[in-house]
Amino acid sequence: MEVAALRALQSQRLRESVARVYETVPHYRAKLDAAGVKPADIRGLEDIGRLPFTTKDDLRETYPFGLFAAPMEEVVRLHASSGTTGKSTVVGYTRGDVRMWAEVIARTLAAGGTHRGDVVQNSYGYGLFTGGLGLHYGAELIGTSVIPTSGGQTRRQVQIMQDFGSTVLCCTPSYALVIAEAGREMGVDFGKLPLRVGFLGAEPWSQTMRLEIEAAAGIDALDIYGLSEIIGPGVSFECLHKAGLHVNEDHFYPEVINPDTGEPVAEGELGELVFTAFTKEALPLLRYRTRDLSVLIPGPCQCGRTLRRMEHVTGRSDDMLIIRGVNVFPSQIEEVLVGIEGTTPNYLLVVDRKPRQMDELEVQVEVSAETFSDEMAKLEALTARIRREIESVLGLTVSVRLVEPKMLARSEGKARRVMDRRDLG
Amino acid sequence: MSAIQISVFLENKSGRLAEVTRTLAEAGVNIRALSLAETIDYGVLRLIVDKPGEARDALRRAGFTVSETEVIAVEMPDRPGGLAEVVDLVTRRGLNIEYLYAFVGQRGEHAVVIFRIDAAEEARAALKEGGARVLSAAELSRI
Repeated sequence: MEVAALRALQSQRLRESVARVYETVPHYRAKLDAAGVKPADIRGLEDIGRLPFTTKDDLRETYPFGLFAAPMEEVVRLHASSGTTGKSTVVGYTRGDVRMWAEVIARTLAAGGTHRGDVVQNSYGYGLFTGGLGLHYGAELIGTSVIPTSGGQTRRQVQIMQDFGSTVLCCTPSYALVIAEAGREMGVDFGKLPLRVGFLGAEPWSQTMRLEIEAAAGIDALDIYGLSEIIGPGVSFECLHKAGLHVNEDHFYPEVINPDTGEPVAEGELGELVFTAFTKEALPLLRYRTRDLSVLIPGPCQCGRTLRRMEHVTGRSDDMLIIRGVNVFPSQIEEVLVGIEGTTPNYLLVVDRKPRQMDELEVQVEVSAETFSDEMAKLEALTARIRREIESVLGLTVSVRLVEPKMLARSEGKARRVMDRRDLG
Repeated sequence: MSAIQISVFLENKSGRLAEVTRTLAEAGVNIRALSLAETIDYGVLRLIVDKPGEARDALRRAGFTVSETEVIAVEMPDRPGGLAEVVDLVTRRGLNIEYLYAFVGQRGEHAVVIFRIDAAEEARAALKEGGARVLSAAELSRI
């Protein structure tokens, strides 16, 4: 689509969605009224800056369905991801949303050369997480043969890959490495498999890791980006030029802002990504602050697509960690620890990515006078309880280590809670 | 007063045990007996010392997590079967021993066994009834 035509379409879609949420979502009506903005004030993209931002707090305050712009009779699907304070972020989809989602995923897969006749091994988790079903419907729309392997049982994944002749792999980048490693142990020569391309996302990764995956699995490793609040996977995608991720901006309008001031940054500068999902029916969020840091790349891509590109996301403007596709906030872990100990203990989250392994989260907890026992069995039971409760809140395997007080680094003011040892550059 | 053990939480890092012993030496505390239980990540050092109060304060000042634990100290003859007889007095009553460790006194005639038992009162009574010599805190610190 020509850029001018695309901008006109976006302007029209923005006007329509603002009018619709003002009409159907009381929370948005109140927000817009408070900001002194009427739907008629938004004539097009040039006025988008007048709209207030939507944040995770808005979703929390209206939990679970308060931001839905469609009646529940029209919502055909619900997904959820973990939120900052124990309550999850709930997202809904109408039949139209599911269709649109399949289309943006189909575009994503097609940009990596996927076509009818391909065998797509979808190793994203099927469930509340948007990854599994999100990729699934897009792959079916193209007409590929989808294998819904979901995550886990890695040797079986390799077996299926060999026996069914998978040509396309969808999973997190760290799981791609785990599969490649399992295959190597099983004596599989990836160079001889028909596997051709991987659509890897749901966690941040680096160029170094891309090269490693491409060498180990013999594929083109493409980055895909998304977040459940906007749609799930499919917000943006890489083409085979691997020069940034094309934003499906006819559906998800991107802005980059200074996270401190909320003002737009200059073209090509780093800032926080903000999306407006103006074609969504069930959950059309306006100017949603992702907390993901990136850059909108100026200029066209060699592939000829006019959809603008964003850089790989390399950081966050808050303290959220993404581990194996799961959002982790230090506050969630803090809540578990307070529940067990009655006070906030000092703790540190250490995220590690060892070569060819999944990301690991270690929770280091300082032993206090209250929790210390001279009996090893009690200390072991404490460790096990902390681990069990954190795992049940996060839905993620973690390891827990008791440490001596004051061994954890303390900084002035806010304690340092996170040590991310992954190379995300 | 019953016998007091000083328990210290230690990470498995080189130099931590030396740090404890140096701290106690500087505080003029003499170690009578010790036992160390450990996992891959951490250990618990259990100490019988001549001056438990001083030991506790000095270690806390040095930043260690320390607790005082009530234990039972029993003097027994230093000969084969000595420990078996004492343990039998406790287990016969169905009491559960969390842990124990023993050391030989200075004159070499008697050994002392340190018990950690949740049902301390019952255990003490059982031991005394059985004729075992349960040491007071004062007696223990004089050994």
